Amino acid sequence: MTDILNAFSHITSLLVIPGLAYASQLAFGALGVTLIFGVLRFSNFAHAEGMSLATMFCILITVWLQGASVSIAPLPTALIAMFLAIPLVALVFIGTDRALYKHFRAINAKPEVFMIVSAGIMLISNGVIRVVIGPEGQSFADGERFILTAREFREWTGLTEALVLKTSQLLSIVLALIAGGLLFWFLNRTQMGRSMRAYSDNRNLALLSGVDPNKIVWVTWILVAVLSVMGGVLFGLDKGYRPFVFQQMLLPMFAAAVVGGLGSPVGAVVGSMVVAFSELLLTFAWKKFLAYLLPTGLAPESLMQILATEYKFAISFLILVIVLLIKPTGLFGRATK
Amino acid sequence: MSLIKAEGLVGGYGNVKVLNDCTVEVDRGKIAVIVGPNGAGKSTAMKAVLGLLKLDSGTVTLDGRDITKLPPQDRIRAGMAFVPQTENIFPSMSVFENLQMGALLRKDPIAAAADEIFSLFPILSDKRSQQAGQLSGGQRQQLAVGRALMTRPSVLLLDEPTAGVSPNVMDELFAKITEIAAQGLAVLMVEQNAALALEIADTGFVLVEGANRFTGSGSDLLNDPDTRRSFLGGRP
Repeated sequence: MTDILNAFSHITSLLVIPGLAYASQLAFGALGVTLIFGVLRFSNFAHAEGMSLATMFCILITVWLQGASVSIAPLPTALIAMFLAIPLVALVFIGTDRALYKHFRAINAKPEVFMIVSAGIMLISNGVIRVVIGPEGQSFADGERFILTAREFREWTGLTEALVLKTSQLLSIVLALIAGGLLFWFLNRTQMGRSMRAYSDNRNLALLSGVDPNKIVWVTWILVAVLSVMGGVLFGLDKGYRPFVFQQMLLPMFAAAVVGGLGSPVGAVVGSMVVAFSELLLTFAWKKFLAYLLPTGLAPESLMQILATEYKFAISFLILVIVLLIKPTGLFGRATK
Repeated sequence: MSLIKAEGLVGGYGNVKVLNDCTVEVDRGKIAVIVGPNGAGKSTAMKAVLGLLKLDSGTVTLDGRDITKLPPQDRIRAGMAFVPQTENIFPSMSVFENLQMGALLRKDPIAAAADEIFSLFPILSDKRSQQAGQLSGGQRQQLAVGRALMTRPSVLLLDEPTAGVSPNVMDELFAKITEIAAQGLAVLMVEQNAALALEIADTGFVLVEGANRFTGSGSDLLNDPDTRRSFLGGRP
């Protein structure tokens, strides 16, 4: 019995909780990707860099707040900084849109053109981040690091395998649920949200119905700013901020959005779960788990890892390829004409 | 004095003139149909009435007011409603949300307008929370018309409302259109099924190469051997 409990404590701590936290962080990114694709109709290659930029703003504000002795311990100060960073990031995104994308919308450029423009913005953002905060990692997490530490758990339950829950993990999951819920409420229950969906569904008819395209574009970028700040900060709190690690999130984010069906917010959330858990399940070392559950003689010698962790990124790539081959519209996508 | 009148329309796309002095008009409670061979500029004439076409000359008046310079959205605010031939609904949204989108320009509560649509098209009421993309062809057309009527317009423009629907549904749609006109709306439509459309039309405009060839009451055009032979499918 203890063995079974140990086995489950082990996978909950190292697989289920990290998986949910990672899926939540991915979902913020994938929702942003899917919103931009659905409403503005292009694949935003600068999305990961945008999240990095958003996190950078948040770190600068956090440092300033810490200097002014503002604290909401045991919660990280970055949570307050987030609210201050959102308007700044929204301004940056809207500014970028007005300076670049607006022109290409006006001349009715093809989606490919937007994609290349976004790749350019990705490179520029990359440079800006390098100049402003430098390429090194930054630690900005403060407050209580753990909600449940290994020692507490062991003392409490007497199990060998500890179930550890980090503040950043719980925050990621809870805030993703709240933000996701609010986003779905906004899209489904408010007139502005409905107009955005209508604009994404049938642009000409939406315009004929009286939808103001400029407003739609603005609101989209504001939503993307909120999602980018939250996703970026939570990812940074959980894994530590290294400016260029976000670039490695781009593929999993797109994979998640494509699995769910580009343009579908529900799909983005489901897709994030699929991608996050595929990565973790395939790179997880199952040795200990099996050792607890199997009779002593059968306990595996090797790590029982299907893929080495270095291949993590290949998994999203593989998922992307499989989905595009088998069901290009994704799980919740609609067929394009 | 007709409620909506488009007179002497000349215009087209780029250098190609599609409309060469074309005039269409319709009054409250009446149905006017634009018929003619393929490429005659029927749909283009309708686009011009709505303001989707850049005109070289010609005027459009609504209730005596010159709206030639008004963009489409403002014409819709002024009381015009348009049902495009294709892509005339929001497929991933529910039937009711489609109606809500139709009423976007209205500031007052939409419940009464929605109830009117539901009593006109009872099938939409049964399917109000269903995704519009899952409706059958005929139901889609009903929804498209319903969506357009949500602004409580005085002029309804229909671009081939029966395109791609079965003959039974066609009859039903025409019956509904007659019902809509009877409520006092001016209905202007473009139709491929000319013979059927002229039966319910008060006025028919036969367009050829972007100009009016014949104009008359629906029954006159139907009974005229010339128009029958040339434009209504050749049945004697």
